[in-house]
Amino acid sequence: MTDLAISKRTAAPRIGEDTPRPDGVPKVAGTFAFSSDLHHDRMLWGGTLRSPHPSARIRSVDISAAVAVTGVHAVLTHEDVPGSLVYGLEHRDQPVLAPDVVRYEGEPVAIVAADSPEAVRMAVDAIAVDYEPLDPLVDPDLAERADPIHPDGNLVRRINLIHGDQDVRGEVQVEGTYEVGMQDQAFLGPESGMAVPAEDGGIDLYVATQWLHSDRDQVADCLGLDPALVRLTLSGVGGAFGAREDLSLHVHLCMLALHTRRPVKMVYSREESFHGHVHRHPARMWFRHHADRDGSIVRVESRLVLDGGAYASSSGAVIANAACFAAGPYRVPSAHIDGAVVRTNNPPCGAMRGFGAVQTCFAHEAQMDRLADALGMDPVELRLHNALAPGDELLTGQTITGTAPVAEVIRTCADHPSGASMAVDPMELPGGAGRTADPEHVVRGEAFAVGFKNILFSEGFDDFSEASCHLADGVATITSACAEVGQGFVTLAQQITREVLGVDDVVLLPASTVGIGSAGSTSASRQTWMSGGAIQEACGQVRVQLLERLAVKHGVDADDLVVADGRVVSMAGGLEIDLVEATAEPIEASVVFRHAPTLPLDENGQGDAHVSFAFSAHRAIVDVDVELGLVKVVELTTSQDVGRVLNPLQTVGQLEGGAAQGVGLAVMEEVLVQGGRIRNASFTDYLVPTALDMPPVEIAALIEEAEPGAPFGAKGIGEPPSISSTAAVAAAIRNATGLDLPRVPVRPTDIVFPEGAA
Amino acid sequence: MSTDPFVLEVNGQSHEVADAHPGESLLRVLRERLGLPGSKNACEEGECGSCTVLVDGQTVCSCLVLASTAAGRKITTIEGISGDDGLSHVQEAFVDAGAVQCGFCTPGLIVSIGSLLESDPDPSDLAVREAISGNLCRCTGYGRVLEAVHLAATRRGGST
Repeated sequence: MTDLAISKRTAAPRIGEDTPRPDGVPKVAGTFAFSSDLHHDRMLWGGTLRSPHPSARIRSVDISAAVAVTGVHAVLTHEDVPGSLVYGLEHRDQPVLAPDVVRYEGEPVAIVAADSPEAVRMAVDAIAVDYEPLDPLVDPDLAERADPIHPDGNLVRRINLIHGDQDVRGEVQVEGTYEVGMQDQAFLGPESGMAVPAEDGGIDLYVATQWLHSDRDQVADCLGLDPALVRLTLSGVGGAFGAREDLSLHVHLCMLALHTRRPVKMVYSREESFHGHVHRHPARMWFRHHADRDGSIVRVESRLVLDGGAYASSSGAVIANAACFAAGPYRVPSAHIDGAVVRTNNPPCGAMRGFGAVQTCFAHEAQMDRLADALGMDPVELRLHNALAPGDELLTGQTITGTAPVAEVIRTCADHPSGASMAVDPMELPGGAGRTADPEHVVRGEAFAVGFKNILFSEGFDDFSEASCHLADGVATITSACAEVGQGFVTLAQQITREVLGVDDVVLLPASTVGIGSAGSTSASRQTWMSGGAIQEACGQVRVQLLERLAVKHGVDADDLVVADGRVVSMAGGLEIDLVEATAEPIEASVVFRHAPTLPLDENGQGDAHVSFAFSAHRAIVDVDVELGLVKVVELTTSQDVGRVLNPLQTVGQLEGGAAQGVGLAVMEEVLVQGGRIRNASFTDYLVPTALDMPPVEIAALIEEAEPGAPFGAKGIGEPPSISSTAAVAAAIRNATGLDLPRVPVRPTDIVFPEGAA
Repeated sequence: MSTDPFVLEVNGQSHEVADAHPGESLLRVLRERLGLPGSKNACEEGECGSCTVLVDGQTVCSCLVLASTAAGRKITTIEGISGDDGLSHVQEAFVDAGAVQCGFCTPGLIVSIGSLLESDPDPSDLAVREAISGNLCRCTGYGRVLEAVHLAATRRGGST
C-alpha cells in the first residue's frame, strides 16, 4: 500500500524527495531559540569554578568571600549535592563537583548563581581553594602500571579480540605505528541552558543535549529526586557531534535553581566549552598485516591504546568499536587485536562522530597502502580484492546478514572522474590567503581510503525509541523525544508521517521527557532508523485503525482501502473520503521500536554484537608546499552506502559536513594537551576548516541497497563521511611527499622536519 | 559601575541602553539587553563570525565592538534582514539549498553574504569562499552554503 501511495503522490514532499526543513525559516530569520538564547525576567546567571590543575588534592574550599560579593545568591560545592555525588553515561564515576581530588584541568569544583555575569565572575574568583598539586598521569602507555588515579582503576576497558587460527602467517608482512591527536567536536553553540524550579518541588530544565532521557535519569539521581519531578525539554541545539551525549552543566543548573528558587541560566564561554565536554580519544596504534602474494589478507595484528582521560564517559563502547573495526571493511580470517582504553589526568574523552572507527581507519588504510606497495599492487585493486561482502565474517566472527556494498562503494568512488584543475589564483595554493606558497614548491598527491562502522547501539544494549502519532481532523501530531541537533530529523519525521498517512499537515511536538519515553541518543547514526522506525510504526498503526474503522462503517474490505493525498479511497472505486472528515474522531497509537537484538562480546571479542554496518570511501587530492609544510585539500570525492536516500538534500549535507570534520582532523584540528593542560582552548588556536580550507566534495555515488529491518531500507548516514575522509587526505599527503606521516593531524613540521630526517 | 546611557539604532529603531557595564560588547547588549538574540555567541573573540552584524553597512563581529562605541551608527542584525515583506533572497536560498543544519552559524553567514552580494552581485566560488572565510560552520562543510549564495545571486538578478 505504501508503494501505491507513492505512485499517487501529488502533494507535500515525502520519502526520497528534497524537503525544506520545518525549522529552516526560524533559523534563517534569527528567531530560532537556541539554548543560549533563553531568557526569564527573574533569572539569575550561573557559573562554574574549575580546577586549574590536572591532578591535585583539595585541602579546603572557602566560599565566604564569594558569598559576600554583591549580587551573589548561591555558592555551592560537593557538600550541597542532594543525591548521587557522581554521574556518568555508562559508569557513574564522575563527581558532580569535585570533593577531595581533581583529576583533570577544568574539573568543576564549585558553582555560583548571581544577578549578572560580572557578579558570577567576581564570585568565582573569590572562592579560595587550597590545592595540593600532584604529578599528573599524562602518558596513556604508563596508565596501567601507574598508581590508580580513580577508585575504579586506570584501565577502563580492554578488548582482547582473538579471531580465527592464531598460527597463520602471511608471506608478505607490513608493520606500522600510528597516532591520532585529540579532536574537539567544536560545535558552535556553547553548552548552555536554563533550569526553572517548579511549584511541585521538581525542576524544569531546558537544555541542548543528544539524549534527554539519559540526562533526566542522571540528573534525577544527582538531585535525589523522583525522575518524574525532573522534566527536560530540548532547547535549540547548536551542533553536537557526540559532545552533548554526556552531562555538562545540567546538574549544576538544577542545583542552583532549586537552591535559589529562581530560574538560572548558564552559558559556557568557548574556553570553558573546551574543558566542559569530552573529546575524541587520542590513539596510539600498532598494526601488522599479513597477506599472501596474491594480495589476500590472511591476518591482522594490532595493539590499540586510547587515552580516555580522567573519567569513563563512553570509552568502553569506543574501544569496542576501535577493536571490532580495526582491520577495516576487509575479509580477515585471522586477527589478534589488543585494544585498551585507559584513565589518565588528561581531558576526558568520549563520543565523537565516527566513535573509535575514525582512529583505526586512519591506521588500517595506511597499512593497506603499505601492503599494496609491498605487493606491487594497485591500492584500489588491493582493497577490491579483499572487500567485505554479505555473508562474510567480521573480526568478531559475526556474519554480515544485511547489505555490505563495499566493492560498489570502492569502485564508484575510484572510477569517478576528477574535476580538479591546477590552482590559478594564489589563494587556492597551500597557505591560501597568506599567499606564502611558491608554486615551484607545490606538489600534488592523490590517494584513496575506505572505512566502516556499526550503526545503532551494539553489544546487547537494549536500544529502543518510543513515538506516538495522534491523527485528528486530518492533522498528524507526532511525539518523540528524539534530539534534533541539526541533522534534520525534524524533516524526516514529517516525511515519514506524510508517506505512511497520506496527510499534508504534520505537527512534531517539542522533544521532552514529559508524556513520552526515551528515543535513545542522537548518536551512532541511529535516529533515522530508530526514531524514524518508531514514527513509521506508530503512523502505520494509526493507518490500520483508520482503515478498519472506515471499512466497518462503509461495509468494505479494509484491504481495499488506501490512504493517499489527504483522502481515503477504495481501490475498487466508489469510495472516496476526505481525511479531515474521516478523522473527526481522533486515532492514536504509541509504539516502542527496537532493532534486532545484539549480543555481548565474549572474552575473545567474539559475538554477534552489531546490527548493521555502513561503508564509505573517499578519494582525496591535495597540493603540498613541501618547503613550508602547508597543505591545501583540492578535492574530495566520495561514495557511500546509504541503504536508501530519504532526503537527497540532507544526505548531501551530511556527506559534505562529515567530510569537513575529517579534513580538519587530517590537517589542522588538535586539542594540544601538555602536562594535562589544554594549550589551545579557543577558536583562535584550535583551527576548524573555513570555507577556504574545504574543497568541493564530489559525490560519486550513493549506493542504495535497502537494508533489512530499517525503515524504508535507510541506513544512518552521519558518521561514515568522517571516517574515511581523514585517512584519504593523510594518504594523499603521503603520496605527494613520499613521507610516512604516521600521525594526524599532519602538521607543517611533520612535512618539513620528518622524524628521522637530518 | 555602568556607563552613561547611550542610544543604539538597531534595525531602524532607537534603543536607550541605560545600565550597561563599560566593557560590554555590542553582541552582549543586543542579546541580553535589547532582546535581539539572533546574533550568536560561539567564540566571543572574533574568530567564528556567528555574531556578524552590519554597522553603517560594514560587516563586523559584534563581539569585538564595544557597545557604547556603536552609538550614533546604523546597526543591522539578522532580525533586521528579514523585513515585513518576508525573507531576503539569501535567507530563502539558505532554506531551499539545504544550507541550514544546526543553524547556529546561519545568522552570521546570512549577514556576511548579504553584504557580499551588495558589492559583488555574481561572485565566483573563490570570492564567496573568501568572503565567508570568517564565518565558521561546523555542520555543512560549506557546500550547500555556496549553493545558497549562487541561488540567491540568481534570484536577485545578479546572474542568469
